[in-house]
Amino acid sequence: MKALMFGWEFPPHILGGLGTASYGLTRGMAQQPDMEITFVIPKPWGDEDQSFLRIIGANSVPIVWKENSYDYVKQRMEGKMSPEEYFHFRNGIHYDYRRIGTDDLGCVGFSGRYPDNLIEEIGNYEAVASVLAHSLEFDIIHSHDWLTYPAGVFAKQISGKPLVIHVHATDFDRSRGNVNPTVYAIEKRGMDAADHIICVSNLTRRTVIEKYGIDPRKVSTVHNAVEPLAHPEEFTKPERKDKLVTFLGRITMQKGPEYFVEAAARVLSKTDGVRFVMAGSGDKMAEMIDLVAKRGIADKFHFPGFMRGKQVQEMLAMSDVYIMPSVSEPFGISPLEAMQVGCPSIISHQSGCAEILQHAIKTDYWDIDAMADAIYAIVKYPAMYKSLHELGMAEVNNIKWSDAGLKVRRIYDGVINHTL
Amino acid sequence: MKNICFCFQMHAPYRLKRYRFFEIGHDHYYYDDMATEEHVNWLVNTSYLPLCQTIKDMINLSKGKFHCAISVSGTMIEMFEQFNPEMIDILKELAATKAVEFLATPYSYSLASEYNASEMKLQFKKQGELLENVLGVKAQTVFNTELLYTDETAYQLNKLGYKAIMTEGAKHVISWKTPNKLYQSAGAPKMKVLLRNTNLSDELSFHFSDPNWPNFPMDAEKYANQLKNLPEGEDIINIWVGAETFGVRQNAGTGIFDFLKALPYYALEREMGFMTPAEVAKKLAAEDVLSSPYPLTWSGEAKDLSVYAGNDLQQEAIHKLFAVAERVHLCQDKALKTNWLRLQDVNYLHYMNHIDQGETQYESAYDAFINYMNVLSDFLQTVEEQYPTTIENEELNELLKTIRNQEEEIQLLKAKLKKSKVESKK
Repeated sequence: MKALMFGWEFPPHILGGLGTASYGLTRGMAQQPDMEITFVIPKPWGDEDQSFLRIIGANSVPIVWKENSYDYVKQRMEGKMSPEEYFHFRNGIHYDYRRIGTDDLGCVGFSGRYPDNLIEEIGNYEAVASVLAHSLEFDIIHSHDWLTYPAGVFAKQISGKPLVIHVHATDFDRSRGNVNPTVYAIEKRGMDAADHIICVSNLTRRTVIEKYGIDPRKVSTVHNAVEPLAHPEEFTKPERKDKLVTFLGRITMQKGPEYFVEAAARVLSKTDGVRFVMAGSGDKMAEMIDLVAKRGIADKFHFPGFMRGKQVQEMLAMSDVYIMPSVSEPFGISPLEAMQVGCPSIISHQSGCAEILQHAIKTDYWDIDAMADAIYAIVKYPAMYKSLHELGMAEVNNIKWSDAGLKVRRIYDGVINHTL
Repeated sequence: MKNICFCFQMHAPYRLKRYRFFEIGHDHYYYDDMATEEHVNWLVNTSYLPLCQTIKDMINLSKGKFHCAISVSGTMIEMFEQFNPEMIDILKELAATKAVEFLATPYSYSLASEYNASEMKLQFKKQGELLENVLGVKAQTVFNTELLYTDETAYQLNKLGYKAIMTEGAKHVISWKTPNKLYQSAGAPKMKVLLRNTNLSDELSFHFSDPNWPNFPMDAEKYANQLKNLPEGEDIINIWVGAETFGVRQNAGTGIFDFLKALPYYALEREMGFMTPAEVAKKLAAEDVLSSPYPLTWSGEAKDLSVYAGNDLQQEAIHKLFAVAERVHLCQDKALKTNWLRLQDVNYLHYMNHIDQGETQYESAYDAFINYMNVLSDFLQTVEEQYPTTIENEELNELLKTIRNQEEEIQLLKAKLKKSKVESKK
């Protein structure tokens, strides 16, 4: 089984959960012996782990025919692609893309991020997909998130191979309902063209069915999982006087940071010895600092800023509670990461991961009383912390990407054999 | 001759209201009375009342030959008095027939026998008094909370004057032996032990309307044949179930009430009798010794306390609660004593089980734990206000001992005085 996957992020250079999920899923699927995955991303950094799949950078695939000598290509593509591969791809150019600004090799540059001209980058990515569809061999196309749906759809039209799209989020999650029409149009077109749609939670599945009008029969849920820690023992919880309650993520409307502040104010009105941390950055940060000051809890409420890599896990391991009051979270992998290092989690019912977690506290995102109550219980009642710590860790260690990979594989088989 | 011993158990907990931590220290009322009333009404109307009605009919139809036992907690009687007095009336009628035995059960369906012996005594005493006052009967046989049994408990209860105790015929304790015989307790040789027949009881509770069950559809004749065909010498078959089996677990539409009603006819036809546990203990001789130093109950797969005290949450709740038992016993405050009784209800612990939460109204074990612990925290504060922890438990014990000794001394002296008065009269 050869899968051609279109993605936007791949570790170690990631901006959100999409990259982590892409890595975990492909790694889990690679455990199937006959699975060959080609993963396309806009801009590889060269330090991606390619031991279990092949990564193609969209920025080194020629989309406009340029005459170049073997030696020149070899020199220019050093470390990115072999000249043979370059010339092979060049033969796959079937359309005239001279309107797109390309370099001397006929390749187009990508930021690999979420820039202002995102829609243009999506279009360019689609052009790259056409070349790949003409020159690669594959049995199925798999597109991760809306940015890559157009690429997937185009590849399907060219190759006639079935398309599976993977919905990691919809615009309804990101915007609390105020959907961007352009984004919606891209999403809707992708979903309509797809042979099957994989959603990361039942919550997302419902959104896809209800808000995008998709036939429920072609929408399945495959919950995300979490990569096991290589060295879980290196994260320890230092003894400290105050209990630590942590929020970690983008400080944006979607993540519900204001509910965390309000819950914190309730807890602090009743009890001492608890500190609150809001790690991360985002467009609501200033507003939150303001709110904290207004509630008069600034001496117990801290904003350490954006954290990355190991810092995140260290922060979680240090904490007594991790809280994710997201207003709408398609899946939300961070509570699982918190539980991996033994930190009890409080999550909103509006988070996809709530569907698969038993040993985490679930409240509605707006129910600040319940949230405050849960925080209080974890810091005050030792059995609460102990149970969530131990049972949560055991639970999360049982959520494996290889199982998710098998479910995706069954969907591939079903789509190819028309049995779904 | 084979005898069937039926027992129906009735109990419902007070529903706790949603109690947030910021109410601790401000709000001392913990109950959602509306929810409790609604639940009890529903329970009475769909199950308890029609069941009692059926029992009454069975006694009449069999001309008094049908005997059975009912375990009803003090809490439950309190609720009947408050919400459903018609239940009290019918229980009185049943008591008057003398065909129904009312069992000794901890007042608030508590696990006190396992965690505080003196509390256990108080619970049995209080429930016994209530039965006498309300129904005019004297409880003789013990039906401990969820059939909880240990040798130690049997010993303690025997000292209180009870002659028989009921518990689960759990495989890991009786192994190859049969539950269909009378045993005596290893903890107290004079204490008879009756064992529940798990399979035949569960057949009614859980399988009666299950089309995948090999014996489906079950009818009274078939069931009576099953009992009759048990090996020779197995003379007592204990069918004990939660009363909600009739009407709730198996709804009226399954025909469970008609099944029950028809049973005495087929049983008597096959020359089987009916007995109450007290009659069994009196008329039959114990044939073997039952020993279980560890808790034995009718719950879960393991038939031990793990359903109620198996995880860390439950352990913390239990230990926090029973830690203040001695202090509460010192108190005279009526509201505090009421709360103390109610908070011991085993159902609150059941809700904290991660796997099987029973008939919970909480979303998860954690949710149940949070709410209970908040309530308990407030309760412990009220206890603390009466008896500050600055007085050490040991010091308190000493004081208590002095008081108790004084009382005993007074009793002794009074007796002496009486004696000498009598003597001087002579």
